[in-house]
Amino acid sequence: MWKESVDILIYEWLKMPQGEKLSDVLNFFIYDTVKILFLLTSIIFAVTILRSYFSTEKVRVYLSKKNEYTGNILAALFGIITPFCSCSAIPLFLGFLQARIPLGVTFSYLISAPLNNEIAIAMLLTMFGWKVAALYIGFGLLVAIMGGIIIGRMGLEKEILIEVKPIEGELSIDEQRIAFKTRLKDAYDYTLDILQKIWLYVLIGVGAGAFIHGYVPTEFITSIAGGNNPFAVPIATLVGIPMYSNAAGVMPLIEILTSKGMLMGTALSFMMAITALSLPEAMILKRIMSLKLIAIFFGTVTLGIMGVGYLFNAIL
Amino acid sequence: MKIEILGTGCAKCKALEEATKQAVAQSGIFAQIEKVEDIMKIMEYGVMSTPAIVIDGKVLNTGKTLSVTEIVELIKAH
Repeated sequence: MWKESVDILIYEWLKMPQGEKLSDVLNFFIYDTVKILFLLTSIIFAVTILRSYFSTEKVRVYLSKKNEYTGNILAALFGIITPFCSCSAIPLFLGFLQARIPLGVTFSYLISAPLNNEIAIAMLLTMFGWKVAALYIGFGLLVAIMGGIIIGRMGLEKEILIEVKPIEGELSIDEQRIAFKTRLKDAYDYTLDILQKIWLYVLIGVGAGAFIHGYVPTEFITSIAGGNNPFAVPIATLVGIPMYSNAAGVMPLIEILTSKGMLMGTALSFMMAITALSLPEAMILKRIMSLKLIAIFFGTVTLGIMGVGYLFNAIL
Repeated sequence: MKIEILGTGCAKCKALEEATKQAVAQSGIFAQIEKVEDIMKIMEYGVMSTPAIVIDGKVLNTGKTLSVTEIVELIKAH
């Protein structure tokens, strides 16, 4: 229905000739922008309400009672449903250790939480449908669980630069009772806040996508990111790491690239590198952990993400 | 009354501090506002998502900024 409305706008009201490059590109741009912004708003709003029922404080109490491997799995799962912002990475990290949660389990959470952030999931659902979103989440969990277990096995506790005093006795929290109306209002405010931050990136991303859609030949994309280039996965991963804040803008681009021949595994690696690893987060973590630990953390996750890309390209 | 704003200096923390100052002025009570930026002190409150607002040693909200009216209500309810 929305497709038809845009067609009417472009071809009848604006009287642009059908089948020509420019009208095609414009049609695609308007169609995609409005579709993405609408779905993004609804999904972020819904996810935020859901998330208001889970807090990192509750997760900490729960995780502190689990053993290592169960802990890794649960920590990765909790990373999906709890909100995460790189500005609270430090209190979160120290808070987990304070509660005597093992280092590896803490890392499982720290890998999973930004990877499964609401913008990435909303964009994936909107642009690629639930199957790709589920694959992304599934493989993301795998990277978080394995990464956490590996880091936990390496005995890196001494690489934390701040002495963490464990909390004595049983952990508990006072339940904050929040009315549903308040949750709705909070979710509304939060969604608006996110939209203000990302709408421009979405426009730029879709604009660039529309341009590629209309003007860049498929053969060109296939030659770089298609099946014949064995280095496509590592390149996509390394390019993705510095792009953290632009996840919203990069996803529309990836949609176009995959439709033009980029392999899905390469695309998954790219998306994961964008969300999971961010340089600002590394700078923040530098205050409490040694460069060695940060390098191991980034290295493990990078290798994991590349592994997912190759595995996926090989299966499909 | 002593109001503490816990936060490591992110934009949200500054917004909460500003709103708290306005709320105190509006409600006309005498309160001392303190910004806590030391991470170890923040941890002592068991807070893991900043910013957080603490009134007389009790953590009342974590992880988000509040509007001036919401803070006025917190102050009154206290």
